[in-house]
Amino acid sequence: MGFEKRLWSTAALAVGVVAVGFWVHNPYTLQLLIVIGIHTLLALGLNMLMGYAGQISLGHAAFFGLGAYGTGILTTHFQWSPLAALPVVLGAACLVGYLIGRPVLRLSGYYLAMGTLGLGIIAHVIFREWDTYTGGASGLVGIPPLALGFITVELGRSGFYTVWATVVLFLVLCARVVDSRVGWALRALGDSEGGAAASGIHTAHFKAVMFSFSALMAALAGYLYAHLLGFISPSSFDFLMSIRMVTMVVIGGMASIWGSLLGASVITLLPEWLHVFCDYEMMVYGLILMVVMIFLPQGLTRGVLDAVQRARSRAHQL
Amino acid sequence: MSEFLQFFLTGVTTGAIYGLIALGFNVLYNATDLINFAQGEWVMLGGLGFYTLSVALGWPLVAAFAIAVVLVAVLGLCLERIALRPVKKPEPITLIIITVGASIFLRGVAMRLWGKDPYSVPALTASVKPVRVLGAALMPQSLWILGIVVALMTGLHLFAKRTLSGKAMEACAIHRHAAWILGIPSERMVLLAFGLSAALGAVGGVIIAPITMCSYDMGTMLGLKGFCAAMLGGLGSHWGAALGGVVLGVLESLGVGYFSSGIKDAIAFLVLLIILMVRPSGLLGASAVKRF
Repeated sequence: MGFEKRLWSTAALAVGVVAVGFWVHNPYTLQLLIVIGIHTLLALGLNMLMGYAGQISLGHAAFFGLGAYGTGILTTHFQWSPLAALPVVLGAACLVGYLIGRPVLRLSGYYLAMGTLGLGIIAHVIFREWDTYTGGASGLVGIPPLALGFITVELGRSGFYTVWATVVLFLVLCARVVDSRVGWALRALGDSEGGAAASGIHTAHFKAVMFSFSALMAALAGYLYAHLLGFISPSSFDFLMSIRMVTMVVIGGMASIWGSLLGASVITLLPEWLHVFCDYEMMVYGLILMVVMIFLPQGLTRGVLDAVQRARSRAHQL
Repeated sequence: MSEFLQFFLTGVTTGAIYGLIALGFNVLYNATDLINFAQGEWVMLGGLGFYTLSVALGWPLVAAFAIAVVLVAVLGLCLERIALRPVKKPEPITLIIITVGASIFLRGVAMRLWGKDPYSVPALTASVKPVRVLGAALMPQSLWILGIVVALMTGLHLFAKRTLSGKAMEACAIHRHAAWILGIPSERMVLLAFGLSAALGAVGGVIIAPITMCSYDMGTMLGLKGFCAAMLGGLGSHWGAALGGVVLGVLESLGVGYFSSGIKDAIAFLVLLIILMVRPSGLLGASAVKRF
């Protein structure tokens, strides 16, 4: 995508966000849009890792939980202000991401997937078992809302604008990263690690940096989630959440920035549309993952675009 | 001393199960270079299937055992045929996502079929008193587990080394295309490996069920621990799988016994991480990439 085109699509999204914030009054719809925004942040971060750098993570809910529990514990147990907690939480996610990423990302393929899966499960065990701080299985209550000067950010219009401003910011940031030399290095890494290393790319460092960047985004999403909902429990950060994140990336299309937005929207709206969904949630996610990977390995966005292109060239030939 | 022995025996018993699951990973990995993330789901389906056939339908234990294992093996074949064969570009990340999808799907199906409650399953020999070994109690089910695992290990070893199919499978594992050129039906060998590894998982589910109860979500943890055991012993090595399973089981049992039960699942993960960093080829694996 050219720079100009990207500028236009970003501007269109920003205008869209402002317009939606202006027109939508229904608190339920606003809440749904907030959740979509948070999920977009998660999917975008994971997509940078999975789509571009080609490194899978089956435990990314750990970082989502790190952000949420980090700020939750600092603000409720230690009475920090949410704003003071923000840099600490993000810094911690980056650091943990890098420290874990550096050794774990030496692995590849199956080993990496198993390693990150284990990481996610351990994080979930910690959230559940360390009940003096995390509140155990019943969760952590009374997390204060985010106060920015005289505005309090809550579920509703202020929350909507905060979340979506963050989303637009990170969409632009990720697009810039992908188009930069770093982005090319990442894609080379995703295509062939050996080839990338041979052309002088410091693969271990790049992978760990990307891991910590996507950890940071997940933690930021967790931070917003905790302050907007005011309540967190370990079940929001379990293995299924990690799978949900992978599903968003896969549906939207790996290595597609805008696809993350689509994937997050579909996965958030699906349960709303299908009322019986709750009981079939796992079955549906499992089926989606299998079917998309078998038939449209590039994801829905790419798959649909390709189909359109094929139809167009066929029409051209006639 | 008897306390230590008790922890040790408990650890060996669960370790044997981990070893069996690790064996399932190995059989498939050797033939196809694939790690099946739904391996733990075979264990779960084996256990729950055995429950339904033996308790709910009242079949004799042996028949229920056999049929449950056969059904799961058939499911394993279906997985290969339906979900993995049609993949055009079999890259690791694609295959990982597909088998993860299969595991989530199977878990979802099991939740619909059996609900969320755990079920208890009768031991293979119910009314026998525990055996006393130097002051530690050894449940008869533990003896069953150890016996079955040892028998399966031996059988698998003989199958691989003495039968034509076993040798053909090993040839496929070394170089699938070359084996195909020599007239070995490599596609059938891959199917065989899928069925065999699913069956091994199911046996694990049936024999562990009386100790732990079984529920739709038992698979993930057992699968992960089986993988840890396989890594610990050396992925691809059958004796390594058994050794890795027992070492992991004993470490876990000692950790729970002397520290706290909260850290039980953390132990397997720490072991996995240490192994992945220090000696990715595992205890008995060849240090180079070559596996044979």
